[in-house]
Amino acid sequence: MRTARTSAARSAIQTARRIPTTAHTATSSCTILLLSRRLASTPLLRPAFHPLTTLQPTLTAVRHGSSSTSSGTPLAKTPLYDLHLAHSAKMVPFGGFHMPVQYPSLSVSASHVFTREHASIFDVSHMVQRIFSGPGAAAFLERVTPSGVAALGVHKSTLSCLMGTDGKGGIVDDTIITRLPDEEFYVVTNAACRDKDDGYFEGEMQKWNGEKGEGMEVRQEQLDGWGLVALQGPEAVEVLGRCLDQGTGVDLKKVLFGQSVYARVKMQGMEVSSELLISRGGYTGEDGFEISIPPEETVAVTEALLAAGGKERVQLAGLGARDSLRLEAGMCLYGHDLDESTTPVEAGLGWIIPKERRTADSGYYGAGVLAGQLVLRSKGGTGVRRRRVGLVVEGAPAREGAEIVSRPEEGGEPVKLGTVTSGCPSPTLGKNIAMGYVKDGFHKAGTEVDVVVRGRVRKAVVTKMPFVPTKYWKGDV
Amino acid sequence: MASIARCLRAARPSTLSAFKTPVSRVCPVRAFHATSSNALRKYTKEHEWIDLSADLKTGVIGISEYAAKELGDVVFVELPEEGKQVNAGDAIGAVESVKSAADINAPIACKITGINLLLEEKPATINQVPEDDSHGGGWIAKVQVTEEGVKDLEKLMDPQAYAEFTAAEGEH
Repeated sequence: MRTARTSAARSAIQTARRIPTTAHTATSSCTILLLSRRLASTPLLRPAFHPLTTLQPTLTAVRHGSSSTSSGTPLAKTPLYDLHLAHSAKMVPFGGFHMPVQYPSLSVSASHVFTREHASIFDVSHMVQRIFSGPGAAAFLERVTPSGVAALGVHKSTLSCLMGTDGKGGIVDDTIITRLPDEEFYVVTNAACRDKDDGYFEGEMQKWNGEKGEGMEVRQEQLDGWGLVALQGPEAVEVLGRCLDQGTGVDLKKVLFGQSVYARVKMQGMEVSSELLISRGGYTGEDGFEISIPPEETVAVTEALLAAGGKERVQLAGLGARDSLRLEAGMCLYGHDLDESTTPVEAGLGWIIPKERRTADSGYYGAGVLAGQLVLRSKGGTGVRRRRVGLVVEGAPAREGAEIVSRPEEGGEPVKLGTVTSGCPSPTLGKNIAMGYVKDGFHKAGTEVDVVVRGRVRKAVVTKMPFVPTKYWKGDV
Repeated sequence: MASIARCLRAARPSTLSAFKTPVSRVCPVRAFHATSSNALRKYTKEHEWIDLSADLKTGVIGISEYAAKELGDVVFVELPEEGKQVNAGDAIGAVESVKSAADINAPIACKITGINLLLEEKPATINQVPEDDSHGGGWIAKVQVTEEGVKDLEKLMDPQAYAEFTAAEGEH
């Protein structure tokens, strides 16, 4: 394992930093749309709404992004934009970028199934790749997140949450933090939160550097224009293995889920890529990798992966399949399943908080609230009033905004328990799956509830997540 | 189903050649003399179609091939309520695929007289033959047209206008 980023990669980062930040549109308009859609689910109001805009048309413009026309800012392109067009992708605005939602070679459900059986390549370059460095980096990240960043080993990653600075325990964004050599941290945040997160980090770093002064400062650089490519599925390891430059000496068997490594990839001809940060993990529940690639090498590395697998093993996949895959894996989508009014404990993410950071004096924003919530009320804590749960819904798929209500005894009135935050028909299970928040006490697996879909009551059962077992690589067992 | 089409911007010239149902697609609105039961077909901007009987008393409703394609694999169809009286634009049902849900709206004022129960068993029929109003087709409901409904027809597009409309939607 290497100890320092190569000079080539370093200079690429420097170059990348000088590229002006391309347009990143805000998501506030999208929130309003979502709210109106929630209202639209009230039967009385429905006829007043334009057809199909009352729905959740998926992972497309209406649901997530803001288009160039509505925001006035042009959409940015990832380094793979031309490759998507060459593969006739359906492009949609998402997180301020033109992103592929699906490719004509496979329907969304077929692409989903293909990922579970073989492997898919997802362009996730719209996500924000940040590097925090400086002697205060670990301590700084321990102020803004509840994670045990200082204890994180080199080339190890953790899921985390950026915490609201008001101390109420709300989630500003969810993120993956990876410790790199030399006291550097690679932090990937959501595209849709880019502007908000930029402001958050800017403000917090200024505050930190002002307070701590020299010897404890923290710096941030963004890998603007860089590629981030996710290779996901049971055949991902074989495909990537074929592409790795032999001279790298990397044994993928030894790179476990949640770990990362630097390696070079053989591109077309005799070319070899610069050292790429390859992290084992992803957003599908499958074994797989996320590869961070300098702008000028992103296309060549992606094409090398496609060629190494061949059509039978690897296909490009879009945001459509990505959404249903992550939902089957029980993973949250920020802005839908998580937001600033939700705490990590309510969201079922208490496990990201290590034992030693579970007290009110742990020094991160919201520690007081979370420390209380982590302990049940019966044991002296505050507990939580609502919890994120998985649901299997009979009949119609329940989507974001559908009300979850109690199933009353005969003659009784149903009580509102919460709301669905994501849902779709599961291609793997052939059932309708959803996640949402319910009142504490109704969160136990097997609890029977009802969900209101377009005014009709549908039976649902609280179900353990992930809905589909995850297949992470944890070594030869 | 306008929003879906707006979101998925890839041009799809294939939709232009997608209209398989024969007959008088360019026949004018007041073609009372037409003899085929399929004499008059109209489309909404939201991608529903309605086939009207020659006397304009009854009709069959469905979603267009363009909409079916945009939705992708249909896994669930919520059928309209039989006997219900609805106005133009009222949501009468829904079509769901993995990636999205789409409301089905009444193209004109009408009364629902029958529903295609086949779609409960085989929702994918919508992908195969969305514009087929015969037995085994992907039609959604049979309706009785009201007086108001006859007036609503004027706001709808004929097949040629609809083809141009979807071609334009696909381009931007």
